[in-house]
Amino acid sequence: MKYEVVIGMEIHAQLLTKSKLFCGCSTEFGAEPNSQCCPICLGFPGSLPVMNRKAVDHIITTALALNCTVARESIFARKNYFYPDLPKAYQISQDDQPLGERGYLDIMDGSRRIKIRRIHLEEDAGKLVHIEGEPFSLVDYNRGGASLMEIVTEPDIRSAEEAAAYITELRSILRYIGVCDGNMEEGSLRCEPNISLRLHGAKEFGVKAELKNINSIRAVQRGVAYEIERQSQILDEGGTVIQETRRWDEASGTTISMRSKEEAHDYRYFSEADLVRVVVDDAWLNRMAAALPELPQARRERFIAAYGLPAYDAGVLTESKEIGDFFDKVAAISHDYKVVSNWIMGELMRLLNETGQSLEQSHMTPEVLAEIIALVDKGTINLKSAKEVFEESFHTGKTPSKIVADRGMAQISDEAALSGIIEGVIAANSKVAEDFRAGKEAALGFLVGQVMKETRGQANPAMVNKLLREKL
Amino acid sequence: MNIYDMTLHQLWKMLHEGDITVQEIYGSFAGRIEEVESKVGAFVNLTPDIAELQVHKAADRWSEGRGVTPLTGLPLAIKDNMSLVGVPNTCSSKMLENYIPPYNATVVEKLAEDGALFIGKTNLDEFAMGSSTETSAFKLTRNPWNLGHVPGGSSGGSAAAVAAGESPAALGSDTGGSIRQPASFCGVVGMKPTYGRVSRYGLVAFAGSLDQIGPITRDVYDCAIMMNALSGHDACDSTSADIPVPDHTTGLGQDIRGLRIGLPGELFNEGIDASIREAIYTAVDLLTGMGAECVEISMPHLEYSMPVYYILATAEAGSNMARYDGVQYGYRASGAKDILDMYIRTRSEGLGTEVKRRIVLGTYVLSSGYYDAFYLKAQKVRTLIKADFDRAFTRVDLLVSPVTPTTAFKAGKRADDPLQMYLSDICTIPANLAGLPAMSVPCGFDNGLPMGMQIIGKPFDETTMLRVAYAYEQSTDWHKRRAVLAG
Amino acid sequence: MMTMKVSRKEVEHVAFLSRLALSEREAEEFTRQFNQIFKQFEKLNELDTSQVEPTSHVLQMQNVLRQDSVRSSLPIDEVLANAPDREDGYFSVPRIME
Repeated sequence: MKYEVVIGMEIHAQLLTKSKLFCGCSTEFGAEPNSQCCPICLGFPGSLPVMNRKAVDHIITTALALNCTVARESIFARKNYFYPDLPKAYQISQDDQPLGERGYLDIMDGSRRIKIRRIHLEEDAGKLVHIEGEPFSLVDYNRGGASLMEIVTEPDIRSAEEAAAYITELRSILRYIGVCDGNMEEGSLRCEPNISLRLHGAKEFGVKAELKNINSIRAVQRGVAYEIERQSQILDEGGTVIQETRRWDEASGTTISMRSKEEAHDYRYFSEADLVRVVVDDAWLNRMAAALPELPQARRERFIAAYGLPAYDAGVLTESKEIGDFFDKVAAISHDYKVVSNWIMGELMRLLNETGQSLEQSHMTPEVLAEIIALVDKGTINLKSAKEVFEESFHTGKTPSKIVADRGMAQISDEAALSGIIEGVIAANSKVAEDFRAGKEAALGFLVGQVMKETRGQANPAMVNKLLREKL
Repeated sequence: MNIYDMTLHQLWKMLHEGDITVQEIYGSFAGRIEEVESKVGAFVNLTPDIAELQVHKAADRWSEGRGVTPLTGLPLAIKDNMSLVGVPNTCSSKMLENYIPPYNATVVEKLAEDGALFIGKTNLDEFAMGSSTETSAFKLTRNPWNLGHVPGGSSGGSAAAVAAGESPAALGSDTGGSIRQPASFCGVVGMKPTYGRVSRYGLVAFAGSLDQIGPITRDVYDCAIMMNALSGHDACDSTSADIPVPDHTTGLGQDIRGLRIGLPGELFNEGIDASIREAIYTAVDLLTGMGAECVEISMPHLEYSMPVYYILATAEAGSNMARYDGVQYGYRASGAKDILDMYIRTRSEGLGTEVKRRIVLGTYVLSSGYYDAFYLKAQKVRTLIKADFDRAFTRVDLLVSPVTPTTAFKAGKRADDPLQMYLSDICTIPANLAGLPAMSVPCGFDNGLPMGMQIIGKPFDETTMLRVAYAYEQSTDWHKRRAVLAG
Repeated sequence: MMTMKVSRKEVEHVAFLSRLALSEREAEEFTRQFNQIFKQFEKLNELDTSQVEPTSHVLQMQNVLRQDSVRSSLPIDEVLANAPDREDGYFSVPRIME
């Protein structure tokens, strides 16, 4: 392509706090409209904000995870604009002196570095509901005043793949550090890429379009790819891209221009007198740094180095912190790491997907998986049985040994018991036994099959083979 | 002496000695309101239902001798920009005429717990923007000393109610002089406490970095009692100071020997009526006679107070007023064709001219192109003004000045000249900019209209101010005079 | 510094930013008054403030923060009690085109 793609990304992440940013109203998702509101988040005359400490903690944690400089002194500002989802007609946000600045995030196995410009804390707006054909719109302020984090990158992203990789990695980090649930469909993580093209080597940026309504990582990739294609076509034909906000339309797989704004925005930022400054001292910063968990990239590298896992496995296992933690715990007991990885990437993830449960909600524990692996290892059960045991443990929490005993799944590895059965089979199939003795190797398979049939599949196949050969 | 002419502490003493009942007190003030309110126009809404309930509870507290506070059973009026559950909080604006708050302001909660009686909500300049109570959307409030004159503002209803015998004390709010100026015009005592001393939670914001709630009373002792009731840390207000509150009455009656009092020359300039300057100098002589050391000092940046104040206050006000958009509460224009039209018509119809003037001015000073030249510059000069005070307070304990350049002016006289109106706040604005406590104490009459002396103190040192104010008051009898409401 | 001149058009634009439509008289009056008031404001330029920090708060307070705990919200009927228009538990406003 003759154009260089330039993408900057703005992320809004709803912070995992129990109460809103400036009042005690609950932030639980899915409540009855306007049931989680009070004079403060409704902007009733005379009400005043008081900041949630946890929200500030979350921003500091994120700033540290994204290699930002944490502002030792941070202030809040009002961003003034009229919109019905904004009860005070200003949003309490940060302008100068945001909590975090000048960080970076490495993506694509560390081959690309995306610089972070700033991270700041602000309040969320309410939700507008439009009903087809009605002359009115409805407003629900449950989300209004919830704590929101804005993360802005430098225009360092160069392709749709990188855009998707950035948001994937970022989401993974936000989940690791427990500041955001990363749910893009419910809107707790919203991403707004701005995309422009320019000729390779050009100094000036092209005109950018901002994308909204992106509800999944797939949509990031598709939306950005579409936008790159759209803009390059315009430029190829000698046209000019206009600066605008475009809405990603999942159904048609295109972006659609939103009604252009009637005025250039003049938000008239100025200091919020109802709040005082936030000062982050060494003790606070150190406390947050100490609580920072191992991040996905470091964990990926460790899984490859310490466990000898393929890069692919390490990637899958570390995507969520839960799974990575789980792997670490199983691996402490079971030392065939690739086998552990196969179980987790196969059975465990399949069942989590099918049931829609989280690991925590299921009954699976590291001890259970380690026990199942050991049972297979010792030859107590075969792999097929092991998968059944796993599934039952996953659903019921019963221990593998109990399931094996209850369902009589243990393989018969007792020589004495097998000898009797084998002798019976040889006697009943003397013709076939003769064939084998005459050198017809294939006849053995038939005899093994008969033994397995007699034992309803529970005979240890290796032992049956060995005993048959001996007795013939 | 009529019951309604008495002070809080006099009434309390009578209750304590069993010479009067809570019912009799309430009855006397209710009767007085009945008698003079049509002339004075101090109230937007009277709240007899609430007061009568409170009368019973307070009477029980007195008869059981349980939980009696210095305010139990005593009537109070509340400026109509503070939330009282179930009663309209109009801010004297058509915009909020029917707005009924679902929560109490912290000060209202405190006073209710103390057992005070809420008799009504008082008139003010619309959203506290004004100096005469003439910008109220509902009514004119008259100066009880001369009904042809304004009571001052914005807490004009509160000051007039106290001066007219309709309430022994009232709450006001002060952003640039809105307690002290009407107190001065009406011959009563008014205090703006140190910024952060009294919770702002539930006070409808004019300019949050300057606003402060305070009392308007008939004498200094009552002011101290009210300060005890109102002060203290509030977790609902991030700018509320978390420091201990002294008993404000302790200094009353102590002598003032050796106290150093500064007279800032900038607040005694030729813009101040000669009679007022004279009255203050006479008061200063009296204080000197009691052993205070009075010195003239210079605070060169005070002359920039007016522009600094009107830039910062209108910037904040413009933003604070934006929420009145007809969505969650308040007035909404009918027949709007879309949301933008609804916003514009609602706000243009619901707000008065002075409020609009300040909103537009405030939007101006923050808009790109003006921010640095006006807003940022004003914040920097605010630093210089504050530094002037810091320097002054290394030399003196208190400052004394006039409260206003003139006595109460005639109604309608200044309504058309906002600049003149803004300039008349020159003496009161500096204390708001520096966050300092300041009060107005009656210091004489000119042509039958009261004059006030301003005392400005160090941060959180209201007690020293009260001590000096009390010493002065006790050697005069201005505070004992009552307005005669003749025609 | 040059004196800033305020035009009526500009005043009306700023009023629009504040979602206000001024009457003929208000627009006229505000323009005239703002020119006078801005002259007063420009007196601040007499002062050199290049070395002065701005004051947004007189109190040197910091870190006024609350614990992250949920407190009960208002009952929905109180939330909506003052609403000029409501529909089905929602606030209702003239339709917004997206």
